[in-house]
Amino acid sequence: MKITQISVFIENKSGRLFEICDLLGKNNLNIRALSLADTSDFGILRLIVNDPEKAFTLLKQKGFTVGKTEVIAVEVPDVPGGLASVLNVLSANDVNVEYMYAFVEKSSDFAVMIFRFDEVDRALDALEKNGIKTIEGVRIYGI
Amino acid sequence: MIWNEEFETLPREALEALQFKRLKTTLERVYATVPFYKKKFDEVGFHPDKLKQLSDLKYVPFTTKQDLRDNYPFGLFAVPRDQVVRVHASSGTTGKPTVVGYTRRDISTWAELMARTFTAAGVKKGDILQNAYGYGLFTGGLGAHYGAEMIGATVIPISGGNSKRQVMLMKDFGSNAISCTPSYALSLYEAALEEGINVKELPLRVGIFGAEPWTNEMRREIEEKWGIDAIDIYGLSEVIGPGVSFECIEAKSGLHINEDHFLVEVIDPDTGEPLPYGEKGEIVFTSLTKEALPVIRYRTRDISRIIKEPCICGRTFVRMEKVTGRTDDMLIIRGVNLFPSQIESILIETKGVLPHYQIIVDRVNNLDQLEVLVEVSEEFFSDEIKVLQNLEHTIEKNIKDLIGITCKVRLVEPKTLERSEGKAKRVIDKRKL
Repeated sequence: MKITQISVFIENKSGRLFEICDLLGKNNLNIRALSLADTSDFGILRLIVNDPEKAFTLLKQKGFTVGKTEVIAVEVPDVPGGLASVLNVLSANDVNVEYMYAFVEKSSDFAVMIFRFDEVDRALDALEKNGIKTIEGVRIYGI
Repeated sequence: MIWNEEFETLPREALEALQFKRLKTTLERVYATVPFYKKKFDEVGFHPDKLKQLSDLKYVPFTTKQDLRDNYPFGLFAVPRDQVVRVHASSGTTGKPTVVGYTRRDISTWAELMARTFTAAGVKKGDILQNAYGYGLFTGGLGAHYGAEMIGATVIPISGGNSKRQVMLMKDFGSNAISCTPSYALSLYEAALEEGINVKELPLRVGIFGAEPWTNEMRREIEEKWGIDAIDIYGLSEVIGPGVSFECIEAKSGLHINEDHFLVEVIDPDTGEPLPYGEKGEIVFTSLTKEALPVIRYRTRDISRIIKEPCICGRTFVRMEKVTGRTDDMLIIRGVNLFPSQIESILIETKGVLPHYQIIVDRVNNLDQLEVLVEVSEEFFSDEIKVLQNLEHTIEKNIKDLIGITCKVRLVEPKTLERSEGKAKRVIDKRKL
């Protein structure tokens, strides 16, 4: 299942991350997972929130450069070698991972990882055929 | 010292008679051979026969850089192409450069003008000249090279860059003179210090500096640090290249214009009306001897003033003050001409839309630095770092390839670049000139 990730361009200046989180909080938007990628000049904040459409519109209104990307939330067995087994499937099917990050909360015996693929459908297909579960948006936004 | 005593000290009356004769010939020639000039002259009802005195030149239309671009590449040449033995070019706004051409005689005229320039700076036969102007399409390197060879100096054609090697050869070869941009002279000084060279012990005596505007404060700094005389020279490729005008070491006050080859006017940049000598205005040149690419009333966009009082060196040529500004938005970065519109067209081509941008010029460790800030709009944004970094590198590479300047591109958040009265402020020049 594809879910929507919000990405925001931020310059490496103090206080920017706070401003975004504060803005989301004051508008009742809950951050479910996030990752920050950065270079010496700028960073990209990637967010999974409970209401991506609302967050997208809000950030845009406030003058941020915002993007929407389809990502996949994957259930990874919470045991040693769990992530490796998922990556092995992807690798065997020649699916390239652009980036990934972990979800803070667990769903039962599984950890949840967010994956960004260049070929989402092929990735989904490979995971499904190998019995690896992906989590649908509604559930993710509400975890 | 004077290279060509006969012409450089010609009494004004004889000089003006020579100018008139040469001007008339030039006007007749371009009218007959360059369709662009014939059309332009006809449009205002001017015919070369109507030129009765030098001041009648004011009836002739101006030529601009845009005219050179519109006639890219060889459209303004006044001789058949097989008479052109060399072309040079400067960078252009749309990736197309401004092209200039030289016949064999133009090359030798140019060499003579640079021989005059070096001689006025005290460079003579037997001196070792380190020529650190860039060689290639840029006129600086080869222009200086031919002039220095003509006077019999030993030329080191080292071109620009590689400061470590520059100072090593300067010490090992014992260079007496150096030609480069003034800012590069200061950055070479730093390189010499880093290499543990005591510059005061070097036989270097004089520097011939040009291709970018600089101040008398900068002259003092260079002279003190290096313990040399620093001489200003001026030129632009459209007119011939370096060697249009030069300072003499005796006065170091104003640049003597080679008036037997170029007719100078000062005009009001807004009305185009000629101004009397002594008043500040835009400098306009007309070729008097150029064969391949004569320019008629070429607007330099450089602001200066003409000094007609005689100089202590004995030359009768008028002098122009150091250039103090421009009438357009052209920037000179490390000797390379840059218009903000060039950056603009590169940015548009990158993604098909024009982002808000700002050009920041600074002088760090005596070297011009160019930084281009680009606001990241949705068209430019990506959730992947590598995409954004590629974007920065692509813009940097295009600027390097098309304009020839190494720069740093930095992506910034929307609405962070300064706008004055809603209008974007495109250029911030932090250099103190």
